[in-house]
Amino acid sequence: MMMLEQDTGLSLAIAQIVQRLKGSSLHSQLERQARGSLHKPEIKLDSLKEDIKEFLKTSGWEKRLQNAVYSELNVFPSPCHPAAPPEHMKEPLVYMRKAQGSWEKRILKSLNSMCTELSIPLARKRPIGEQKELLNKWNEMGTDEPDLSLFRPVYAPKDFLEVLMNLRNPNYENGDQPSFRNHLGLIQVPLKVKDIPELRDYFSELGLNTGQLGIDDSTQVPPELFENEHVRVGQTVLTEQDSAAAQQYVRQGCPTALRAELWALILNISNQPEDILYYEQLKSNVIQHDLLVDSLIYKDVKLTASNDDYYFVFEDYLYQVLLCFSRDTSVLEHFSYSSATPPKSYIRGKLGLEEYAVFYPPNGVIPFHGFSMYVAPLCFLYHEPSKLYQIFREMYVRFFFRLHSISSHPSGIVSLCLLFETLLQTHLPQLFYHLREIGAQPLRISFKWMVRAFSGYLATDQLLLLWDRILGYNSLEILAVLAAAVFAFRAVNLMEVTSLAAAEAVLADLSTLKVMPLLQIFLFATVT
Amino acid sequence: MAKNKNAGHKGSYGYQKLKEREPRACIRFKCALTNTILDILRRRPGWVEVKEEGEWDFYWCDVSWLRENFDHTYMDEHVRICHFRNHYELTRKNCIVKNLKRFRKQIEREAGKLEATKCDFFPKTFEMPSEYHLFVEEFRKNPGITWIMKPVARSQGRGIFLFRKLKDVIDWRKDGIRSDDQKDETQVENYVAQCYIENPYLIGGRKFDLRVYVLVMSYIPLKAWLYRDGFARFSNTRFTLSSIDDHYVHLTNVAVQKTAPDYDPEKGCKWMIQRFRQYMTAKHGAEVVETLFAEMDNIFIKSLQSVQKVIISDKHCFELYGYDILIDQDLKPWLLEVNASPSLTASSQEDYELKCRLLKDTLHIVDMEGRLTGKEKRIGGFDLMWNDGPVSRAEGNVDTPVNESFMANTHLGYNNDRKKQLKQLFKPLHTQQKV
Repeated sequence: MMMLEQDTGLSLAIAQIVQRLKGSSLHSQLERQARGSLHKPEIKLDSLKEDIKEFLKTSGWEKRLQNAVYSELNVFPSPCHPAAPPEHMKEPLVYMRKAQGSWEKRILKSLNSMCTELSIPLARKRPIGEQKELLNKWNEMGTDEPDLSLFRPVYAPKDFLEVLMNLRNPNYENGDQPSFRNHLGLIQVPLKVKDIPELRDYFSELGLNTGQLGIDDSTQVPPELFENEHVRVGQTVLTEQDSAAAQQYVRQGCPTALRAELWALILNISNQPEDILYYEQLKSNVIQHDLLVDSLIYKDVKLTASNDDYYFVFEDYLYQVLLCFSRDTSVLEHFSYSSATPPKSYIRGKLGLEEYAVFYPPNGVIPFHGFSMYVAPLCFLYHEPSKLYQIFREMYVRFFFRLHSISSHPSGIVSLCLLFETLLQTHLPQLFYHLREIGAQPLRISFKWMVRAFSGYLATDQLLLLWDRILGYNSLEILAVLAAAVFAFRAVNLMEVTSLAAAEAVLADLSTLKVMPLLQIFLFATVT
Repeated sequence: MAKNKNAGHKGSYGYQKLKEREPRACIRFKCALTNTILDILRRRPGWVEVKEEGEWDFYWCDVSWLRENFDHTYMDEHVRICHFRNHYELTRKNCIVKNLKRFRKQIEREAGKLEATKCDFFPKTFEMPSEYHLFVEEFRKNPGITWIMKPVARSQGRGIFLFRKLKDVIDWRKDGIRSDDQKDETQVENYVAQCYIENPYLIGGRKFDLRVYVLVMSYIPLKAWLYRDGFARFSNTRFTLSSIDDHYVHLTNVAVQKTAPDYDPEKGCKWMIQRFRQYMTAKHGAEVVETLFAEMDNIFIKSLQSVQKVIISDKHCFELYGYDILIDQDLKPWLLEVNASPSLTASSQEDYELKCRLLKDTLHIVDMEGRLTGKEKRIGGFDLMWNDGPVSRAEGNVDTPVNESFMANTHLGYNNDRKKQLKQLFKPLHTQQKV
């Protein structure tokens, strides 16, 4: 299916997608379908190719292929120059790669020292008795009360912020004296971020003249004006099973009853038997081996999600997802386009010998304080463990990984921080200056919101409306815009505070905020 | 003015005897509780707390005071009190069973068997010891199911136990010793044996029940309001039938949960009912959830109708009930019980705010200030659910005739944008002249 195009970029992209899809289960399913169709009367020998194509189209398989291609396009970045080394796809800027590398070294060091201090191996095989016990308790692991007092999270968002604050581009020297006109924020790297006119264009579907769920479905607005039609369109999108259409649709918000299916369609998750089998395989890995990171996961869940007024109910699901996630080697694939590199560990006594190197944890992702909050909101939508698992995994490898790795990507946390600070400084300069003067740099407060994609800070229904837009625009930039909008909303109170603690107090409770009106006002109704 | 009959007719403060619905200069209140309701009453503009023996226009009393004093307290027309004299017809477990059974028979006679099944929301219950033999018969017909023994008059989960073997009941009956609380004075305490719902709907593997608030302003005619807010109370531990003795698993009352070993007071283990409604909608779709909530409406109305003729409908009385509803795995709601004094103590900040809203709006409806026309269908977070007949959601006030596409005027679990609504409600009324 290679087409000869003049645009080498396009043909390269096509070649790569074909390469990736060739090994997938979809490919074998398509082959099976095509072969099976040979028995059908409408398939004639002299027009074999066209007839099979027609058959695949009418039976919905072409749509499935389209969705898979669309998914690949969303997840993988466009290929760069064929001569570019693979690190470029991870992160084109050298200084960013270096910074990420040192950060990773620090994390691994911290993990190893905890391991040595507590004399706990990074991994061990469970004795049979323990395996049986865990299997019995699988659905209620939350009832376990292991002694976690000696464990501490490997790092917290604020540690990460310190690292980002110290990022510098060694090639950049603007020669200006630090002045009011310079960037006053904590992030001091010159990345390109969108300004409000560009954001208005980018988020055009959030405009004042377009209906939104989260605004136009409130009790004051008669449902005939927007909501009913929007729900009807959503049902049509689901019937058509079209990923691209779904992605466009959710920009205006998902109706509660349709959200789970729409997200699954966008993320191209269909929960096939082989997916369920894969999840069961991961589960048996958990039963057989105990990892040090498991304790970190337990600790995180107990500290964050279990204490949340709404998510505490889902505690057991969180273990079922996160413990399996740590062992999922398919997650390693995302490192090809992430600036991060999975940490390596060596079998005891074989330090430095590559044949004895393993990725640790198996999925290469070391959880930090608050990690479990990425999963918690999904428990509202998905109840079948393997489906919940797949949705979370896909969300992680598409979006969440960017929130805790150093990169120049527009959806990376560094860009988001810079976007936030720039928006605030440009449109609320008095507020920004005031907060800076009293030692309350705005990013110090909003950083944790963005790293967690606002999970645990907003009310659940509002959070889901926000994540609708993350999926719809395939970008995390909306997190930075919302953070700025929150500051704008509480600007009057913030102007009166005189300390960081007081500023934190004003912004401590976001649970009453309505996300969509805030975004609309900030983007479309503020005079620039 | 409310006072004992042996006092003089004119109030000692020299107030003129005002007509019932005239706005009063100041409303004198008494409050038997020291929790949220007291805060709300104290903060209400124009309301003044009176001392022990002073005369009052409004009394948030407790049921023991009512039992001892109601019958010999004279109350002027305008005076309001927060309980009906014989509310126990609805709230005591043995009484509600009796009333529902009788009501069901009546419906069956008048409207047929199918219609009568709408009353089947109360788990099979037998009074003990009077219906012991009937209970044994039923027990033998359904071997293996679990039953729950509940004291008729106690609350907060005290004195309850589960059993599956008749032997457990026989032993218990012989001993005359109750499972706990020997300090109780009552010698012969009535119990009920109720069929235990073994397949509750679980969220996150946990059992929960719903607390819903219904305000009844009168029984004859029946006028009842449903509050939009409410909450789901979760058991702290995972549900399993194997641990019948684990009190903490089966009883979701917050009071019992609070004594469970792994109870964390910071946790709260409650979901606002809006979150519950959203969760269910995401899981089952809007239509299924509409049906579930409509069935709950049915529970509220039928239960009130069943006691309509027995409760003394004194116009001084109103009552705020806390309904406890359990949902089973087939999405059928069951009535566990009705509380005449639902807890007004807050378990968290969010809970406090809910109870403040609830009580403020209750006082708006009681309308000591005489601001309402009586034709309103919504006041704050309360929607008028029954006004001597079903109330429709359609535009217009209570007098608008009900048309073909009837949708009930209930919004349980909906957004409670009460502030806006109250503003709109009270603004024009202030400028009107009252007759």
